[in-house]
Amino acid sequence: MIDTIFALGQGLIDASWWVNLAWPVAWALVKITAVLMLVMGAVTYTTLYERKLLGWIQIRLGPNRVGPWGLLQPIADAMKLMTKELLRPAAAEKLLFYMGPVMTVAPAMVAWAVIPFGPDIALSNVNAGLLFLMAITSMEVYGVIISGWSSNSKYPFLGALRASSQMVSYEIAMGFCLVIVLMVSASLNLTDIVSGQGKGQFAQMGLGFLSWNWLPLLPIFVIYFVCGLAETNRLPFDVVEGESEIVAGHMVEYSGMAWAMFQMAEYANIWLVSVLTSIMFLGGWLSPVAALDWIPGWIWLGLKAFFVVTMFIWVRVTFPRFRYDQIMRLGWKIFIPVTLVWLVVVGAWMQTSWNIWK
Amino acid sequence: MTTPTSSSVEASTASAFSLKDFLSSFMLSELFKGLALTGKYAFRSKITLQYPEEKTPLSPRFRGLHALRRYENGEERCIACKLCEAVCPAMAITIESEVRADGSRRTTRYDIDFNKCIYCGFCEESCPVDSIVETPVFEYHGENPGDLYFTKDMLLAVGDRYEPQIAAARAADAKFR
Repeated sequence: MIDTIFALGQGLIDASWWVNLAWPVAWALVKITAVLMLVMGAVTYTTLYERKLLGWIQIRLGPNRVGPWGLLQPIADAMKLMTKELLRPAAAEKLLFYMGPVMTVAPAMVAWAVIPFGPDIALSNVNAGLLFLMAITSMEVYGVIISGWSSNSKYPFLGALRASSQMVSYEIAMGFCLVIVLMVSASLNLTDIVSGQGKGQFAQMGLGFLSWNWLPLLPIFVIYFVCGLAETNRLPFDVVEGESEIVAGHMVEYSGMAWAMFQMAEYANIWLVSVLTSIMFLGGWLSPVAALDWIPGWIWLGLKAFFVVTMFIWVRVTFPRFRYDQIMRLGWKIFIPVTLVWLVVVGAWMQTSWNIWK
Repeated sequence: MTTPTSSSVEASTASAFSLKDFLSSFMLSELFKGLALTGKYAFRSKITLQYPEEKTPLSPRFRGLHALRRYENGEERCIACKLCEAVCPAMAITIESEVRADGSRRTTRYDIDFNKCIYCGFCEESCPVDSIVETPVFEYHGENPGDLYFTKDMLLAVGDRYEPQIAAARAADAKFR
């Protein structure tokens, strides 16, 4: 259907500038807008879902006053934030101060360009998709550092320092997890990574979910998830924000929409990590059992990502914040050795006759 | 032969490394235990009380908005003994008195500044004639400075308005006093 609309638009004006230049560009913009609207919608309502789930686990009801079941709460929050004043400390570096939130939110949006929502639904099916994602998500930390430093204030600076060391160290363990995934799927293309998980003995028996990467790579799956928590600065790794220690870290001096952009980036990143976890370990758009193949792939991807988002919130409500040195110990002395060893183990496994990823 | 005490000391100092503990922490067993607990709580019935529609029961001793009471015949109870003014730790009460035409001692001014009041209930306890009391009313507010400065007339009006509740609360609490 998407191709039909594209062809229809192309036939509107019979001129080479339209067919070859203007319409493809306009079409790309339409697709980008569609994906970003989806992401932003998910981001908005994740804030409500998070508050609801936190409430339920604390035997509360959560927000339920604005609209039925509190469904308009995110809208009210957005209105409030949009009408608030943008404050800038006098000593702040003006350009960098306003660039900080933009640089935080931009990578979180850009990364969605290579996410495949179905066998042939992706903004761009890049061959080095995984590499692209690594590069883009690494940019994330610059926004935090710049905003923290340019605020010219103590707590943001501490938050920025914490962010830089934490995000950089967990990126290494995360990178090793990704290396293992690309090793078993022999491709950097996210579409190939997903379709590779649809093969195998269990998939032929109609039990596809047992041939997804999460089972043979279970430790890596868990480590990737924990690294994802650390990368997005979520509890129990939220020392970057650390309300009880440094108020809100790099966000202390921001107000209104500038602050909201950090929040948007945080939730967009949560969704990004969740979708990536689904794509790399939970079989992306594949249905778990052959009997449910008739449900469209993007629904499965959405359900799986939603499950991982739920895990994010569940973990947040369960565990207390790590001490800073313990975060570093976990990242450098546990995750990196474990992933390195597992890299060798999986590599050796693939050389034997029991290689299940052929 | 070793005594039980010394053997347990040996066991605890024998080795800092325990394979069981290592595996248990490697498998994140305690983390999953915690997740299971919070997961269970998510499905508990909620204890939230939805305030404007639902309200908590209030004790008859609840200390809310103050009121000045009257006797059944309409005579105000207050005899201007100024015990409440003296006991008030926040110095929120101001009383002025004079001798009325019938020779009884009455207040000409009885003000409570609710900006100062800490709702300790000492005035109520000190009152020999049960005149100044605290009602179960707590849903009131002021929008301007001075809105919460209550004069004698306002306090008497509060008392007239909530007399049934005040009387009921005092009757319920009478046997404990």
